[in-house]
Amino acid sequence: MEEILLHLAGGLSQAMEPLNFMMIILGCALGLLIGAMPGLGSVNGVAILLPITFLVPPTSAIIFLAAIYYGAMYGGAISSITLGIPGASTAVATVFDGRPLAQAGHADKALTAAAVASFIGGTISVILFTLFAPPLATFALKFGPAEEFSLMLLAFATFIGLGGDDIPKTIFSILVGLVLAAVGLDIISGQPRLVFGDIDGFLHGINFLVLAIGIYGIGEMLWTLESTQGEVVVHKVKMSLSQLIENLKDVKSYIATTSLGSVLGYFVGTLPAAGATPASLMAYGLAKTFSKDPDSFGKGNVAGVAAPEAANNAASTGSMLPMITLGIPGSPTTAILLGGMIIWGLRPGPLLFTENPEFVWGLIGSLYIANFATLVINIAFIPLFVKVLTIPFTILAPIIYILCVVGGYAPTQTMHDVWLMLLFGVVGYLLRKLNYPVAPAVLAIVLGPLAERSLRQSLLSSQGELSIFVTRPISAVCILIAVGLVCYPLVRKFKKKTGETAS
Amino acid sequence: MSNVLHRVKKTAIPAVIAAATSLGMSAPAMAEWSPKKPIELIIMAGAGGGADQIARLLQGLIEKNKLSPRPVIPINKAGGSGAEALRYIQDKAGDDHTLLVTLNSFYTTPVIQEGIGVDVSNFTPIGRMAIDNFLLWVHQDMTDITDLDSYVAAVKAAGNSWKVGGTGTGQEDSILTAMMEKEFGYDVIYIPFPGGGTVAKNLVGKHIDSTVNNPAEQNEFFRAGNTKPLVQFTAERLPAYPDVPTAKELGVNMEYYMQRSINGPPGMSAEAQEWYINLFKTLFESEEWQKFCVEDGLACDTYVSGAELGTYHQQQIALHKELIEAVGASAITGE
Repeated sequence: MEEILLHLAGGLSQAMEPLNFMMIILGCALGLLIGAMPGLGSVNGVAILLPITFLVPPTSAIIFLAAIYYGAMYGGAISSITLGIPGASTAVATVFDGRPLAQAGHADKALTAAAVASFIGGTISVILFTLFAPPLATFALKFGPAEEFSLMLLAFATFIGLGGDDIPKTIFSILVGLVLAAVGLDIISGQPRLVFGDIDGFLHGINFLVLAIGIYGIGEMLWTLESTQGEVVVHKVKMSLSQLIENLKDVKSYIATTSLGSVLGYFVGTLPAAGATPASLMAYGLAKTFSKDPDSFGKGNVAGVAAPEAANNAASTGSMLPMITLGIPGSPTTAILLGGMIIWGLRPGPLLFTENPEFVWGLIGSLYIANFATLVINIAFIPLFVKVLTIPFTILAPIIYILCVVGGYAPTQTMHDVWLMLLFGVVGYLLRKLNYPVAPAVLAIVLGPLAERSLRQSLLSSQGELSIFVTRPISAVCILIAVGLVCYPLVRKFKKKTGETAS
Repeated sequence: MSNVLHRVKKTAIPAVIAAATSLGMSAPAMAEWSPKKPIELIIMAGAGGGADQIARLLQGLIEKNKLSPRPVIPINKAGGSGAEALRYIQDKAGDDHTLLVTLNSFYTTPVIQEGIGVDVSNFTPIGRMAIDNFLLWVHQDMTDITDLDSYVAAVKAAGNSWKVGGTGTGQEDSILTAMMEKEFGYDVIYIPFPGGGTVAKNLVGKHIDSTVNNPAEQNEFFRAGNTKPLVQFTAERLPAYPDVPTAKELGVNMEYYMQRSINGPPGMSAEAQEWYINLFKTLFESEEWQKFCVEDGLACDTYVSGAELGTYHQQQIALHKELIEAVGASAITGE
């Protein structure tokens, strides 16, 4: 313990050196901008800014890249909340409640919650990182295909409760998502599946961001246009210091779910297969399941913004762990960080902690500072972001439309994805009219490929025996919790009914 | 030369090319091409594997030494043993800003998965950066297994339940695995993972029993005492593993290598091809690259590029067709 504190003190003082501190501030601010642009995302951002890192020493460079990554995690929330377009896949869950809050004139509330939750998530996870990195790295190794699949099952279970009372519609939505996730080349044999008569674009599968931007960006815009006939009330959001303090007081209402989301996010982040997107979706599902008022989720509950934002920041810290100890990046962005490390001759692996402690602890120290810096920068910029909402909807709608098209085109640069995005927009609008929950479909398309791969790997290694999922202890625990989560809403409903008849 | 190139004012380049082509000039104008937008560097395997490490190192070196006026963005497309990446490159025909970092599934995947309709002999060859090697690895805790003989005995004793991890059905390591099955007369379960890094992690976590990883993918775990190599499938012992015997020394005629090369889509313009050939030549000769090769057990003696690399690809395609026929495509796909 003393040794850890000593290392940490060293790391913190390293992060506070003028150059490193400047890199943190610059990285956070740039990350914020990159994350806020739909479709650009932190992957491209970090790649484009990589050259800057060659001007400074390796530790400062990694600190810079990590700060961008961190800032971008929050930046994604900004367009999710103000425009309803997820800026990055990690911010999709933030749209669920962030957008309704903004439409009701509480964008400042949602943005403050996102900033505070990101800070809490980042801080809890970096503390966990400081204290338990080596044992957790060992634990992550225990996660084989069977454990991964059970964890995915657990994630699906958290979402059964998401569709509210209408469980059949939720399951339908999950199944639609799973079918869409199956489009493309079979992950094991490489044979094309569901490519609709050999349409080339489908061979690459359906990009999850295309679906999310379509459903939330275009679908929401159509919905708003129809329901208001263009007469959208423009909210004058005033952002004063007293208002900010008022917003900060909300923390009480979401601190519990945020902390839970942070721990979950960190843990999911440390597993090489998962990453921040599944973590944020799972945290949202959990927050809803354990909320006193689950029906308000999806209609503008601050906890629904806080939980996924805490989880995605926690997961981004978590994903540093497999990168450092195993050399396996937990996300495309950490893959770029990994590239940076290789260039500077730092070989990730079990020995990096002992052979290059000043590098590892410098990075950890910088995460503490980056957290704080992002919080301050975020809160300072909120008044600027909420200004977006004062633009009349007749002007904002075309802007959203353009950003959606750009966001759909950017990842793969094919028109195929733009058409698909528009199609999903119309489908999303219809689903909404028919009262189908779309969040479970979004979850399914993210987790579907991960679940399918781990299921097939598990069954290959067990030679078809399903018992592999219950005979392995970690997997069995996950399955048990999953069953519990599926039953929990039913039990609660039953209790409510008996309670009503009794009174 | 590329250093000179990037100093040419960006705005001037299109004008020069336009003028040159309209005058029917070719050779001198050729050298004037340079990238006009970010270059996608497609990796046909998952993050953390050998190809991924190479791509990211190359990207870094390009940025560090300012060898390209536009950034290079590595993208992993690991699906279906690289089929996803191959198809992507094929569909990018004529594009001058997309490159592919290969492994041997470049040869095998189109043969085994005819459904994807890819012919790599149409791709534009740029340069071969290295020849990678294979070793057989098990977990350090398998104390009963100390050499190839005890390994074969253990696999046979396990019946049909020995689990070998790899990067995908039809990938080079699955071919090597099938070659070993045939040679030693046993059957194993082959489990595909999305990249050599994940395979290594699953070996360290004991979710699989053995693997034929490249040195770069296991080095750090070997140094940390997690895993151990039993045999190397090379002509001579690698300098990095002086104590590990080659299969040949043990009387087993099994040698297998993997090329790491850069290729463009079909129909890339000759000017762009030329520019990339020079770019990767500069990288190949750089001190950093050569150092990486030594540390990671790669052979980087000669840079093979352009048409010469195309011929090399043809030979390798023929060789892999033979190998696949010898072991049977069904032995690889496990059907």
